[in-house]
Amino acid sequence: MAVCVAVIAKENYPLYIRSVPTENELKFHYTVHTSLDVVDEKISAMGKALVDQRELYLGLLYPTEDYKVYGYVTNSKVKFVMVVDSSNTALRDNEIRSMFRKLHNSYTDIMCNPFYNPGDRIHSRAFDNMVNSMMMQVC
Amino acid sequence: MEGLTLSEAEQRYYCDLFAYCDTESTKKVASNGRVLELFRAAQLPNDVVMQIMELCGATRLGYFGRSQFYIALKLVAVAQSGLPLRVESLNTVKDLPLPRFVVSKNEQESRHTALYSSDADNPASYSGVIPPPPGRIQVKKGSVSHDAVQQRTSTDQQESTSPVVSPQQSPPTSPHTWRKHSRHPSGGNNERPLAGPGPFWAPFSEAQPGSSTSSDPIWSGHSPPPHQENWVSFADTPPTSALLAMHPASVQDQTTVRTVASATTTNEIRRQSSSYDDPWKITDEQRQYYVNQFKTIQPDLNGFIPGSAAKEFFTKSKLPILELSHIWELSDFDKDGALTLDEFCAAFHLVVARKNGYDLPEKLPESLMPKLIDLEDSTVGEQTGEVGYSSSPAEAPPSKSPSMPSLNQTWPELNQSSEQWETFSERSSSSQTLTQFDSNIAPADPDTAIVHPVPIRMTPSKIHMQEMELKRTGSDHTNPTSPLLVKPPDLPEENKMSSSVKYTPGNTVTDGYSSSDSYTSDPEQIGSSVTRQRSHSGTSPDNTAPPPPPPRPHPSHSRSSSLDMNRSFSVTPGQQQAGVVAYPPAVPPRPQPSQGAGPHVHRPVDAEGLIAHTSTSPQQIPEQPNFADFSQFEVFAASAVNKEEEDEIETHSEVLQVEKPSDSASSLRVAKADGRVEEKSSANVPSSAGKGTTPLAPPPKPIRRRLKSEDELRPEAEEHTQKTGVIAAVLASQPSIPRSVGKDKKAIQASIRRNKETNTVLARLNSELQQQLKDVLEERISLEVQLEQLRPFSHL
Repeated sequence: MAVCVAVIAKENYPLYIRSVPTENELKFHYTVHTSLDVVDEKISAMGKALVDQRELYLGLLYPTEDYKVYGYVTNSKVKFVMVVDSSNTALRDNEIRSMFRKLHNSYTDIMCNPFYNPGDRIHSRAFDNMVNSMMMQVC
Repeated sequence: MEGLTLSEAEQRYYCDLFAYCDTESTKKVASNGRVLELFRAAQLPNDVVMQIMELCGATRLGYFGRSQFYIALKLVAVAQSGLPLRVESLNTVKDLPLPRFVVSKNEQESRHTALYSSDADNPASYSGVIPPPPGRIQVKKGSVSHDAVQQRTSTDQQESTSPVVSPQQSPPTSPHTWRKHSRHPSGGNNERPLAGPGPFWAPFSEAQPGSSTSSDPIWSGHSPPPHQENWVSFADTPPTSALLAMHPASVQDQTTVRTVASATTTNEIRRQSSSYDDPWKITDEQRQYYVNQFKTIQPDLNGFIPGSAAKEFFTKSKLPILELSHIWELSDFDKDGALTLDEFCAAFHLVVARKNGYDLPEKLPESLMPKLIDLEDSTVGEQTGEVGYSSSPAEAPPSKSPSMPSLNQTWPELNQSSEQWETFSERSSSSQTLTQFDSNIAPADPDTAIVHPVPIRMTPSKIHMQEMELKRTGSDHTNPTSPLLVKPPDLPEENKMSSSVKYTPGNTVTDGYSSSDSYTSDPEQIGSSVTRQRSHSGTSPDNTAPPPPPPRPHPSHSRSSSLDMNRSFSVTPGQQQAGVVAYPPAVPPRPQPSQGAGPHVHRPVDAEGLIAHTSTSPQQIPEQPNFADFSQFEVFAASAVNKEEEDEIETHSEVLQVEKPSDSASSLRVAKADGRVEEKSSANVPSSAGKGTTPLAPPPKPIRRRLKSEDELRPEAEEHTQKTGVIAAVLASQPSIPRSVGKDKKAIQASIRRNKETNTVLARLNSELQQQLKDVLEERISLEVQLEQLRPFSHL
């Protein structure tokens, strides 16, 4: 279960960011922001190869004492960043991948909506519900 | 009252109303129920209604004859126009408007009213209402008739004036429309439609000029309301279409409407009955309208509407983009960015609903799911129930054809499969979490760590000593040990806690213990030894019992003093056996004022005292006899061991009330002391434990120590003193209180106070020591078991 999920546009501004409310959200915002550097670094590292050959799932971007940050980038340079709690050792890589896949699918659904202008903040209820399902269940 | 003159319109209106109320077709009497409903619909105060009824003579007659009914209606009109109810007003008031009945049930009446009024005022305009695109009108009328039928059939009485109209324009209540119509007969043609519930489409209609569109908006405006009754309000707007099935003999213009109405009546009824509770159901008229709109964008009914076109179309509805976006999310079932006919109808329906003030649902209602809407199939209602599964988006049907019953049936299967698949995945993940959770538990729980030996430093020598002591006592150990065995998990933890707090100096003691390594490596054996102990007590000799508290002798071993104490306790085996129970009691009395000096002597004396009081129950702790022990201890204090024993005794004196576990612990210690004269280390352990457990423990220890070489005890005592330094400090603060009774009460009270303080401190220490003792005893048991296992080999 993630504690923070963020969708970053190609220009590196957030399209959607949602944190577990009990935590200091600003901390997660900062974390996501700093993780963008790592994402760019990973992207550029594979930059030689064609974009299509690049793995969408970036894996663990960097771990901190309290949490781990995972990254995922689409072919259109839209980035998904997920912060998970380090104490949650139950989360495996496959699960992270599936969560990113769900995020990606929901994002594409949003894109299909003609009323959504790419580059706008995401206000979709369906997307919110999907993200809620994968966020930490905080009582 | 008699001689009621009615205008032609009134005459007709009243006649219709009477026919409506004449449920029994008597042509003479209007059913009271219907009449009452009618009057309720008139929205008049109850007293006014009663007055009317009285005036018209119905109360007198007991029923509503035709004349009475007409009079009542006239009075209703009078009341509604604000005039006082008078019999004279019946005939005197000129140009009285027709009574208005607002309730949905009376929609018909209102429509009648509007109809008649329109007829009365301007037949031309009335007819003008019907005209606009004839085709559309027919459809519209159909819907109206549908409403009428629904009104009749539906038992719900709903406010027809609660039109689900968007607040943008005036609500299309029948009176309003009627008024408007009557006032602006000429302009009513366009106004009425616009004034209808579909005002939001007015701007839309701008794009499509013409009354045709105006009529559509009205119609669509009425469509959404979750309840079928709301159709009624829609029907208000075209008052012309009011009567419908009511009076075939009505205005000529209505014939078309009526025919349409009759044609759709059966369908409507059927549909309504099948989907009575479905607020989001799209009626046929609505459906037809949507289809027509779809055709304007995409002529091919089986084709798609691209997202951009749909966006433009729905943007005209002037809904906020956010809501339109949400509507799109709901309606685009297959998430392909294009709308099929079904999806388009669902979206349109949602837009209309939203325009009329209904909140958008979070999930697509079942009735709006693409596969559920079937234009021609009247049995779609049944299918709706069958196929209407959760709105979780399933795989898009292979074909987007609107009417594919077979597809509809495959949908639920797809839904189910997808749901099952999703649930399965969730289950699998949950199972993963479960397994991982289990794996997390195992290492976290020290008690179960026996399976995974926790590398806790232990002092096996102590354990061995304990085991030997335990064995010496033989079956007697079972009693004391059983409680320990029962609480293995608690001891290690408690020991850990206490040890971490106070027994750091005890680490040095562990050095002297050799079998520590072997102990750590054989937690299971210890467990088995423990189990064997259980078997001694008669329990199952199963060695597979989870080894009790993992070897945690370290904290216990750190209490070398406990071992000493145990040794000292084990003065007399026999007595120890009995003293097992009595040890705890003996301790409490120690902190007595007279024991200021006594503690030092306690130990040597306690052994005897304890022995003497072995039979005493713990409740006898505060008894005087125990004091006598202290005197004995005082005697012993003179022994060389005093120096070492002092500390221990102090610790023991600190120990106050002894509980059962402490009793057992002390007894164990005593037992150990009996059997383990040579094992100082083990004595240390029990002694330390005994400190916390029973005050009785200390007494035997000094004795035991004397049995053993004092040299051994001294180093241990020193270490012990280190541990007990804290305790000693407490005791040191307490000056020895002279036992002279002759002292003033003040002295006694002061001594009492001090003793109480020491009591508390000792009690705390006692509890801690008890825990340690438990651990030590368990380890001892396990070691004993090991020894027994090894013994056969030795014999061989």
